[in-house]
Amino acid sequence: MMASLRTPRGLLTVLLLVLFAVLPLLTQAFDQRYLLSIGTRVVIWSIAAVSLNMILGYGGLVSFGHAAFFGIGGYAVGILSASGVASGWVQWPVAIAAAAVWAALIGALSLRTRGVYFLMITLAFAQLVYYVAAGLEVYGGDDGLNIGRSRFPGLINLADKASFYWLCLALLVATLWFCDRFACSRFGFVLRGARSNEQRMTALGFPVFQYRLVAMIISGAFGGLSGALLANEGAYVSPAMMSWVKSGDLIVMVVLGGMGTLLGPLYGAIAFFVLEESLKPLMDLAHKGWGEYWQIVFGPMLVLVALYAKGGIDSLLGRRHG
Amino acid sequence: MDTLLIQMLNGVQLGLLMFLLAAGLTLTFGIMDLVNLAHGSLYMMGAYLAWTFIGWTDSFVLGVLLALPATFVLGIVVEAVVVRRLYARDHLDQVLATFGLILFFNELVRAVWGPAGKSIAVPPFLSHTVEILPGVPYSAYRFALIVVGTLVAILLAWLVARTRMGMLIRAGASNRRMIAALGVNIELLFSLVFGLGAVFAGLAGMMAAPIGSVKIGMGDDILILAFVIIVIGGIGSIKGAFIAAMLVGQIDIFGRSYLPDLLKTFLSPATASSAAPAISQMLVYLVMAGVLVWRPTGLFGQRT
Repeated sequence: MMASLRTPRGLLTVLLLVLFAVLPLLTQAFDQRYLLSIGTRVVIWSIAAVSLNMILGYGGLVSFGHAAFFGIGGYAVGILSASGVASGWVQWPVAIAAAAVWAALIGALSLRTRGVYFLMITLAFAQLVYYVAAGLEVYGGDDGLNIGRSRFPGLINLADKASFYWLCLALLVATLWFCDRFACSRFGFVLRGARSNEQRMTALGFPVFQYRLVAMIISGAFGGLSGALLANEGAYVSPAMMSWVKSGDLIVMVVLGGMGTLLGPLYGAIAFFVLEESLKPLMDLAHKGWGEYWQIVFGPMLVLVALYAKGGIDSLLGRRHG
Repeated sequence: MDTLLIQMLNGVQLGLLMFLLAAGLTLTFGIMDLVNLAHGSLYMMGAYLAWTFIGWTDSFVLGVLLALPATFVLGIVVEAVVVRRLYARDHLDQVLATFGLILFFNELVRAVWGPAGKSIAVPPFLSHTVEILPGVPYSAYRFALIVVGTLVAILLAWLVARTRMGMLIRAGASNRRMIAALGVNIELLFSLVFGLGAVFAGLAGMMAAPIGSVKIGMGDDILILAFVIIVIGGIGSIKGAFIAAMLVGQIDIFGRSYLPDLLKTFLSPATASSAAPAISQMLVYLVMAGVLVWRPTGLFGQRT
């Protein structure tokens, strides 16, 4: 622990951990409630980005439909809540299971294809879910659905912003721990091996398809969890949470932070929200009213990241050892 | 019977529009190996440029004729500034960069033209109806769309199959390095192909404008349909894109016009009319899934 403090990466990690852990106290002390809600969203999106990284980063499979897991997790909570099942003990496992089942279904179909085909098929399947949600008139259709927050009686009250934030943070840490175990396991090594040389792994006797399918299911399950959290954050679900732009945002976070690294998606999610929240006031400062158009600057920044920032934020922190 | 014919024509017209969009996309995929998410932005820019030029010239035809070269120039500029640097990159970098371009163009349009949608009126000389069969009237504008779309499709087929540029395009699609080694100016070829794709996308946007509306993000949804078309048809295949576009056009129109009635036979009318659009959207994706199970590289894609 002390040794890791000497590297920039170790230092940043410890600083982030401390900052994340005390954020609710800070926002309360400075009376900035708004910041806590941004912080909660950063944590939830980080979980989703970490889960996408499992297949995108470690598996090398460019999935452009990850927001569907957001949506399925969110709608599982929303539909159960609207049908009178308020207990989180039921809602959350159902959300995770539903997302995992969807991942198994689309994985079985889309993993038959490669490269660009895979990308477009995952995108198309995500659109399918989007249109299904938009067509669910009973559950709000295009307008979405206001829901009651999941109940964990006697344990935690999710309506309390700080408790909810800490719960999300704990789940993020658990997800990161799992991802670390995942990446270092034999399973993770097979997956990474298939990323660099699929033929060779096949020749070595590994059933690459099955490994990738399981990876997609795990990734989808965590995606479903983040969707359940997102639904609880706003007490609201809508098709917009799984629009294809959200899938794009998730890819941006993973690539911006550093693909195939443990903390990269976390850095990426933080950077994404920090950029969004700081570009607006900065552009307003340059010229009143410009802040609304922050994506005019953000878009070209993504182009520059794609062209010149190989390895993302994680690579700026120096080489990792081991 | 008459409505069936009209719906089928509407399907052809939608299919032709999507073919225009998909043709440029499948060429850039096939030849440059480029995933261009921003293709839908060119569709949108084409429509906005046409709206502006039509406002200036007060003539639909003149406006479109001015907007076409403008879209071409825009395509060339985008290619020279950003896209050219992406050819040698992996697909993920291309996705990221062109996703950035989408954000940029959507926001640019919002800043320049404002957040509200625009509308382009159907030109007066096409605002009547024509009788395609005795006693069956059909919108002259939609009919003109079918004619123009067919002409452009024929032009494209001729260009790819019969001209020197088309020969280079086909050669580039099968082996890019080889034609570069044979002394073909491949940078110029790539620029031209990208510009051509931009013009086709822009034209599709302009032609779709009078029957829909000109709005921000209008290209994004249709782009995903174009992706589906390319996947069904096989990446790099113009013929595949055409057949798949026709198929998707028919499925879409069928879903919209007949599915509600079909569903009403076993669902309540309110449920049926609200579920039908969603199910008709799904139909297209289900067909795609079916094709992929059968042939993972599309109907006319190269086997790997």
